[in-house]
Amino acid sequence: MKIPQALWLVVSLVLVLSVSGCSSVAPWQRGVLAKSQMALDIYPVQSTFKSHIYNSREAVTGNSSAGGGGCGCN
Amino acid sequence: MNQRIFTLFTTLLVLSCFQPVEAVEVGDKVPDCLLTSISDLQHFELKQLNGQKVLYLDFWASWCSPCAQSFPFLNDLNQGLKEKGLQVVGINMDQEPGESKAFLAKFPANFPVYSDIAEKCATDFDVKVMPSSYLVDRKGIIRHVHFGFRSGDVDELRTLVDQLLAEKR
Repeated sequence: MKIPQALWLVVSLVLVLSVSGCSSVAPWQRGVLAKSQMALDIYPVQSTFKSHIYNSREAVTGNSSAGGGGCGCN
Repeated sequence: MNQRIFTLFTTLLVLSCFQPVEAVEVGDKVPDCLLTSISDLQHFELKQLNGQKVLYLDFWASWCSPCAQSFPFLNDLNQGLKEKGLQVVGINMDQEPGESKAFLAKFPANFPVYSDIAEKCATDFDVKVMPSSYLVDRKGIIRHVHFGFRSGDVDELRTLVDQLLAEKR
C-alpha cells in the first residue's frame, strides 16, 4: 500500500511540532511538584484506613488489585 | 525519499529530548559561580574562597525535607570545624525568595547562605537532587559529591571532611 505524500508530511510536521514539548525539569524546579496537594493520593493515611475497613467488610484482601471470592478464606 | 525524511525527523525528535550537560566530577576544578547573599543581597564569587579553605557546598531548597534534616548537621560541622579551616556554604535554589526566608526562620543556619538566582551555579555543578553536597579541598578540587541526606550519612561525611582538613596545603 502506498502512503500518500501528504500524510508523510503531516506526520513529520506533527513530530517536529511535538519537539517543543520535550523539556527537562531541573531538580530545583520541582518545588511545586513536591507539594502535598500535588500527590496522587493527598490523604494516604485515610486511604489506608478506608481500604482496611473495606477489606474487613468484604472479607477479602487485596480488594483493589486482586480478585477475591468473599468466602473469608483469604 | 519520504521515508528518509520521516526517519530524519524521528531521529531529531529523539535526540532533542536529551540535553547533554558537562557534569562536574570528583577530581574536577570547582566551577566559579556568582551567588547572592540571602541576608544582605551582596554578590559573592565562589573563587574568593578557593585555595583558602575546605569547602562544603550544599545545594538545598525549602520544600525538600532531607534538606531540613541536614541543617543541624551542617550547623554542627561549621561550628566545630570552622577554626580548622572548613567553610560550609549553603546555596539556596528556591524560586520564590520568601520561601527560603521562612525556612531559615524555622531552621536557622550559622553558615553563610546564598541564592543562585541565575541557576547557573546549579547547572554548572549538574545538581541532580536536592540536597546535593560537594566537598572541595584547599586546592579548589572537588573531592566528594554527595546526593541526598540521611542520618546514616553523617559519620561518612564527617570523616571525609576531617581527611580534607588534615591534608597539607
